[in-house]
Amino acid sequence: MNAVAKKIEATTARLEGMSLPAGGKWATEAREAALTRLRTMGLPDRRDEYWKYTRPDTLTQTDAPEASVLDTGEAPLFDGFDRLKVVFVDGVFDAEQSDDLSGEGLNIERLADVAAKDIHWARDVYGVLENNGQSPVERPLAALNSAFATDGVVIHVTGKVSRPVNLIYRHKSDSSDAILHHVIKLDAGAELTVLENGPAAARFNKSMEVDVADGAAFHHVRAQGRDHERRAVTHIFGRLGTESVFKSFTLTVNGRLTRNEAILELTGDDAVAHVAGACLGDGDFHHDDTVFVTHDAVNCESRQVFKKVLRNGATGVFQGKILVQPGAQKTDGYQISQSLLLDEDSQFLAKPELEIYADDVACSHGSTSGAIDEEALFYLRARGVPKDIATDLMVLSFVAEAVDEIENEDLRDEMLARLEGWLERRRD
Amino acid sequence: MLEIKGLKVQLEDEDKQILKGVDLKVEAGKVHAIMGPNGSGKSTLSYVLSGKDGYEVTDGSASLNGEDLLELEAEERAALGLFLAFQYPVEIPGVGNMTFLRTAVNSQRKARGEEELSAKDFLQEIRAKAKTLKIDADMLKRPVNVGFSGGEKKRNEILQMAMLEPKMCILDETDSGLDVDAMKLVSEGVNALRDEGRGFLVITHYQRLLDHIKPDVVHIMADGRIIKTGGPELALEVEKNGYADILAEMA
Ligand SMILES: Nc1ncnc2c1ncn2[C@@H]1O[C@H](COP(=O)(O)OP(=O)(O)O)[C@@H](O)[C@H]1O
Ligand SMILES: [Mg+2]
Repeated sequence: MNAVAKKIEATTARLEGMSLPAGGKWATEAREAALTRLRTMGLPDRRDEYWKYTRPDTLTQTDAPEASVLDTGEAPLFDGFDRLKVVFVDGVFDAEQSDDLSGEGLNIERLADVAAKDIHWARDVYGVLENNGQSPVERPLAALNSAFATDGVVIHVTGKVSRPVNLIYRHKSDSSDAILHHVIKLDAGAELTVLENGPAAARFNKSMEVDVADGAAFHHVRAQGRDHERRAVTHIFGRLGTESVFKSFTLTVNGRLTRNEAILELTGDDAVAHVAGACLGDGDFHHDDTVFVTHDAVNCESRQVFKKVLRNGATGVFQGKILVQPGAQKTDGYQISQSLLLDEDSQFLAKPELEIYADDVACSHGSTSGAIDEEALFYLRARGVPKDIATDLMVLSFVAEAVDEIENEDLRDEMLARLEGWLERRRD
Repeated sequence: MLEIKGLKVQLEDEDKQILKGVDLKVEAGKVHAIMGPNGSGKSTLSYVLSGKDGYEVTDGSASLNGEDLLELEAEERAALGLFLAFQYPVEIPGVGNMTFLRTAVNSQRKARGEEELSAKDFLQEIRAKAKTLKIDADMLKRPVNVGFSGGEKKRNEILQMAMLEPKMCILDETDSGLDVDAMKLVSEGVNALRDEGRGFLVITHYQRLLDHIKPDVVHIMADGRIIKTGGPELALEVEKNGYADILAEMA
């Protein structure tokens, strides 16, 4: 039997006994279509080129490996921000802890409620952007998500919303296995900021599909914590209209395994898409950023900025691609992925790619891996800064380019404070 | 203040001796100058005193106010009051000049068991001191030395010195790359810090700087040794005749 057939067989076995969630007409159709995709592709295995650097087995196996809940005693993230809180506990919406699901300029519903209806606008986005993102590279875990997710939020943004929506993922049970799927649709000229934080579950599979219409702006700031053994695979699918803006930043600390995929398609002229991430890994930590940006319109800009600080055997992975389709002239594409290796046990595996079918474009990419700059470290120490603090300053300096991608200054400071707190705790 | 006895230093990775027995004593309140041809070991001496890795002391000692320097980490030496103005100040992208200096000042205070400087007091002090060195607010905000001109870097070194108020200041070719105006600014900065309790070791190639910062003692260093010590007139002699005569005389 060839590898593909084997994979399909394993997937069939894995899906044995799993049934699609009950729902209304549109959701059932979307889920069935996703399941068909999944059965055709098969779940990823370690022979897949796209999973060369990250082992998918713990993400695909039947039971989630256990992960204990960590309490750092820190104040919750985004505490000082005026925001609309939507809380999920082990992947289940918690009305009690959440704010009233309403706000000016937006309509926000639970996926569970939306999926029960026979007709809903979400059908134009749910599983649709995911499906578009399945080629040229397959993302079976996203299809799995579209097929089996029962909870999440469905947000329709009609105006410029100043109060961010904060999706908070609490983790309670050591064996929780959560799937969440969010759909966000921004009308022309609309604006929304989505914040996400929390460890979510022992194992977490999350998708977010974001449809950004002409002139709309979507900002996303996420902090993935925190529990040491947690595992997560997340996908963000973005479709960008003319003159629209999509900016996403992710901070990851801890966690045994994280695979964050961002699949963005610039479909309208003059659109701007930025994805950035900073991660700090210590010990048994594997962090994978997989990004695929497709330019399919004229005069668009995309940036990918990823920084990884690794120590004590931590592994960082970056797979980033810029695809410039024929006719996507005046594309301005930038991609940088860098790692700071604080010891010799840690490793960074990077696969930066450019594929360009237009002639009038400016694309650059770079990937580096290096140790701390000893000259700079000495300079700081010669001024009286102790070695550990000097090292932390260098770490902050290293990730600055990624953190600077956050447009809102308060959010930037919030992320920096988190980073500093983490570094400080490591010092003791 | 600073006392160096028979200091011999070689590179850690290479079997190459650079300092071949340096003796030097700088008293509080005095300015000593070290001159000497390129490659004679002047920078190495300043690095070894301030605790840079990569050098191995094979013999001799160095102490600051009686404390053995060579046993201490770089940051501990700084907290004791040792300061090195670098020949090549290092650029540190992403670390703001202010953040850096405040961390440095407060780290030293903490190490000495003193109270940390409040953000407000620090700001007030740095603004005043920056002004006299013609360092503008923008330079203070920018990442450490990034995009600074040669002269700006050197002025930034002096600003750090002024903020840290060290006891023993080593200036390694602080005059190199400075135009006449910048040289004046830097010298004034240094002279403002001259004080009975503070010692200076000024490394330079040129008499020019010593016109502004008047030394009490001048040493000539060659091939890892101090080969001649004298008064300010020694610097004038070097200026006039170069090192050749002195080297020949010593050979
Ligand atoms: N890290 C190093 N690696 C190799 N050679 C070095 C190193 N540091 C100093 N040297 C050598 O030691 C000698 C003295 O250098 P240095 O102290 O910089 O002299 P100066 O400052 O007087 O010009 C030179 O020959 C220089 O090449
Ligand atoms: Mg030198």
